[in-house]
Amino acid sequence: MSGASAVSGVSGVSGASVDPATASGYPDHPPRMGFFTDTSVCIGCKACEVACKEWNHIPEDGLSLTGMSYDNSIRLSADTWRHVAFIEQRQPRAEPDPAHAGDVRWLMASDVCKHCTHAACLDVCPTGSLFRTEFGTVVVQEDICNGCGYCIPACPYGVIDQRKGDGRAWKCTLCYDRISVGTAPACAQACPTESIQFGPLDELRARAQRRVEAMHDAGVTDARLYGHDPADGVGGDGAFFLLLDEPEVYGLPPDPVVTTRDLTAIWKKVGLAALTVAAAGIASFVRAPR
Amino acid sequence: MAECHPVGFQWVMEAKARGAVVIHVDPRFTRTSAVADVHVPIRAGSDIAFLGGLVNYVLQTDSFFRDYVAAYSNGPVILRDDYRDTEDLDGVFSGFDPDTRTYDTSTWQYEGVEVQSSPGQRGEEAADKTADKTAGKTDAESEGDAAKGHSYGSGGPALGAGEATLDKTMQHPRCVLQVLKRHYARYTPEMVEQICGIPQEPFRRVCELITANSGPDRTTSFVYSVGWTQHTVGAQYIRTAAILQTLLGNMGRPGGGILALRGHASIQGSTDIPTLFNLLPGYIPMPHANQHTDLASFVEKESAQKGYWANMKAYFVSLLKAYYGDAATAANDFCFDYLPRLTASHSTYETVLAQMAGTCKGYFLMGENPAVGSANARLQRLGMANLDWLVVRDFSLIESATWWKDGPEIETGELRTGDIATEVFFLPAAAHTEKEGSFTNTQRLLQWHRKAVEPAGDARSDLWFMYHLGRRIRAKLAGSVDPMDRPVLDLTWDYTTTGAIDEPDAEAVLREINGWDSEGHPLSASTELKGDGSTTCGCWIYCGCYADGVNQPDRRKPGSEQDWVAAEWGWAWPANRRMLYNRASADPDGKPWSERKAYLWWDADSGKWAGHDVADFVADKAPDYRPPEGARGAEALGGDDPFIMQADGKAWLFAPAGLADGPLPTHYEPQESPVGNLLHRQQRNPARELIAPADGNNLFHPSAGEPLSEVFPYVATTYRLTEHHTAGGMSRWLPYLSELQPEMFCEVSPELAAQRALEHLGWATIVTARAAIEARVLVTDRIPTLTVGGRPLYQVGLPYHWGPNGYSTGDGANELAHLSLDPNVHIQEVKALTCDIRPGRRPRGPARLQLVRQYRERAGITDETGRAQ
Repeated sequence: MSGASAVSGVSGVSGASVDPATASGYPDHPPRMGFFTDTSVCIGCKACEVACKEWNHIPEDGLSLTGMSYDNSIRLSADTWRHVAFIEQRQPRAEPDPAHAGDVRWLMASDVCKHCTHAACLDVCPTGSLFRTEFGTVVVQEDICNGCGYCIPACPYGVIDQRKGDGRAWKCTLCYDRISVGTAPACAQACPTESIQFGPLDELRARAQRRVEAMHDAGVTDARLYGHDPADGVGGDGAFFLLLDEPEVYGLPPDPVVTTRDLTAIWKKVGLAALTVAAAGIASFVRAPR
Repeated sequence: MAECHPVGFQWVMEAKARGAVVIHVDPRFTRTSAVADVHVPIRAGSDIAFLGGLVNYVLQTDSFFRDYVAAYSNGPVILRDDYRDTEDLDGVFSGFDPDTRTYDTSTWQYEGVEVQSSPGQRGEEAADKTADKTAGKTDAESEGDAAKGHSYGSGGPALGAGEATLDKTMQHPRCVLQVLKRHYARYTPEMVEQICGIPQEPFRRVCELITANSGPDRTTSFVYSVGWTQHTVGAQYIRTAAILQTLLGNMGRPGGGILALRGHASIQGSTDIPTLFNLLPGYIPMPHANQHTDLASFVEKESAQKGYWANMKAYFVSLLKAYYGDAATAANDFCFDYLPRLTASHSTYETVLAQMAGTCKGYFLMGENPAVGSANARLQRLGMANLDWLVVRDFSLIESATWWKDGPEIETGELRTGDIATEVFFLPAAAHTEKEGSFTNTQRLLQWHRKAVEPAGDARSDLWFMYHLGRRIRAKLAGSVDPMDRPVLDLTWDYTTTGAIDEPDAEAVLREINGWDSEGHPLSASTELKGDGSTTCGCWIYCGCYADGVNQPDRRKPGSEQDWVAAEWGWAWPANRRMLYNRASADPDGKPWSERKAYLWWDADSGKWAGHDVADFVADKAPDYRPPEGARGAEALGGDDPFIMQADGKAWLFAPAGLADGPLPTHYEPQESPVGNLLHRQQRNPARELIAPADGNNLFHPSAGEPLSEVFPYVATTYRLTEHHTAGGMSRWLPYLSELQPEMFCEVSPELAAQRALEHLGWATIVTARAAIEARVLVTDRIPTLTVGGRPLYQVGLPYHWGPNGYSTGDGANELAHLSLDPNVHIQEVKALTCDIRPGRRPRGPARLQLVRQYRERAGITDETGRAQ
């Protein structure tokens, strides 16, 4: 299956609706599966973090009180594949006003690998360890990864990470082992409020659209989808979100672009530059008749 | 609820998705507040003022459900003319005896109804001072009645003989509704603002939301947890909600009710089949040494005249048959004398005092970590240090198993390991996934769980431990002719065991709880129980859980294959009723109050109650049934008396019996408060239960109005976090949970942080007259500074999960707490106490004690502080 990885070099293509499994050479495959994480119903219980670690045997990530609200896992990493962000905010006021002591907002959102349509991590992987599955998800094979680390700066979301003392790259597999046998990923299974929804991406996108419209009708005009749009810089995410504020508030990039988008153009320029240098070199020899 | 019951909270989120408005009232902005429509911050310890304000709003605006209240509550009942309210007596009710700090309840009775011949009501042991002093070694203040509140877990107390006088128009100045109106008239939005720190605008919004969502077409429900119960007036908090819900017609109707969220899985089950000193299974009171000399006197004193408690003898004799089998006969009072007897309150805290006094010599701790989880944890350890033996059964070496070598008192040098004579046994326990059994949850639903894996190593289930311990003790006693050994030797102790470890059959226990008839056939309902010894039943309210020989709690028919009431999922006591008192969902004539809220109705054609649920009523008792003269038991209730476990079939707005501290909830300040009682001179609950000073280990702070109260100017409140479980035995040893909340912290507002120079993520020391602990500081807007009585009020939030053992460690918040208790159910007041907070870590070794001593001296604290009425 790892042979399919190279085929994902559909990167650089923006705007077109691409089916990544087809583009990766699966002629006959199940529908693309993904996550819709509706942060408006997240209660911050972190069951997703724990279920993910239990199922995937991910090591404990260190005991440190961060002071970042109730978020002590800090970020997605090699050892945290689901991460619940806690954002505490107070209505900005010139003077503290006890009459409005209740005007606190506490946003919670469970972040995860986006399983991009155009996945730069996969593009740059030299070993074929990262590959596109028949479900359209992106998975690292731990027995092939050689720890080169190219994928880490390639990810536009900062998701994939090297494990300390191990060197290999790790991230969410969208529970490839579970979905292959028709079960939901561990995080979605554990989520008590259906904040994490798993299913065929088409259905999730339609459901998310209805949800965000209902929220707008209910006056929650800040509600928006994030990563749902196949026309965005990564061709749309396999794991997308309903947010209650700007993506930056949640620590998400507002306009992610697959980092390998310009690779072809860059290589062309590099090639041109190399030719120029070579030509100049040759010329120098030519000019040196002695 | 989202913090501590995230799985149950999914249903709140589902209700919200369907349009429900979620209101959250809490001193903190929690994960619940984050998704609620309205969050109302409140000063910890002031909820009766808040709820009383709602009651007042409902009465003043005439927005109560008049037809419901007139028909189904005791609102029309006329009280005696010598009843005096707290509004008349500056904070106490008539009947108060300042010397014993107890109430004589005779003036609280209905006009026309005799005062019960017994000074107590059903389940209430009259205080026996002599017995208290010898057995409990408590000081005079803790000599209270020993049971009360708990024993009403499945129904209210009895009333005296006679018929109450009614005014159905509810205009008579002495009728309950008018008394209620006067009692709460001063609980205005202005007063709520002054006492609770809740501005008037959000308070009005809550008033409007709740009243708009109650009535024939709509219902509102209340959910509470220990934030309401753990106060010196805890039972009265719930009573205030009950009054409000009755006024709004929200009881016995779909979408209504008051739900108690319990602290652990199956705490409801361990109240139904209790681990409480004062109860037998099914809320039958434990006999008292002096009042209940034989079966007849016990049954006579404890049965009610009317309602289902009139059949108490049948329930009780069937229980004795389950305990003693063939040995229990009519001739020997069904072995009534084998039962232990109460001599006083033997609650957990009195037990600790008895340990310190040397009268309690042995202790079992099963799934409990009092060295971290109990209020004034230091006292718990001092008690355990004075035992002969201690058995701890848990998953890990919790603090209650190791205090003798590494507890705080070892560090301060107060205790030395070599001096402690307690023999400590640690026995590993099986987890719930390693054993079979049932959970009973808050709505009385029993659900069976199966074993997933065998317990590892020497770990064993509690059932295994108790069964084999009993078996071995019986083997040792075999052949004894000492009558003292008969209660153990005559027990039926014959469960079948299976497998390599001889695990007893949990279903056999369920069968015994359900009970059987003289032929050995499983019973199907408690109405089949008899008082002549021909039936057995381990818990009368659970009778029917093994009906037809089927494990009913193990039923798992999916919701998609049955109607919305889902009667075939698990089994609910009693009789698989999913909603108690559901007769109230129909009007007095038996018609639904509205189509939208139709649940149970009278079907005249079939002459039976019909609907979506099992009727919580006699199935063929017509709405127009009127009891004949002299009727007893269920027969004595009319066809329009829905609250069948109450002696008069009515919801009690006013409680003429059953409570130790008053017929109506009144706002009292907590035992320790930086705020004076704005409503009356009586600062604290005059009937609260105070545990003895215990050699300077249980001292109280001065409150507002008393000298030097400013030494402890802040309100502290304890709570749990989603990431940990109670005293940490199930979470602090697990890396995946510990990393999510890695250490003890306290939460303070930015204003308090500025006042006390506390830095975010720095250390703070929190001090009370009991202890000094340290915690990392989280400065957060989620603990708002409130304005109370025109002044800023600061609260300190303290999660109580931590102790020195385990993977994630920290100081225990319960070290700070004192022991002053609700007089009805003996629960400690850990949700509102006072403290000081200062920057920096606490001192180590003996200096830690020195700091506490300094504070006591600064505040002028003696044994007497805070103990006056």
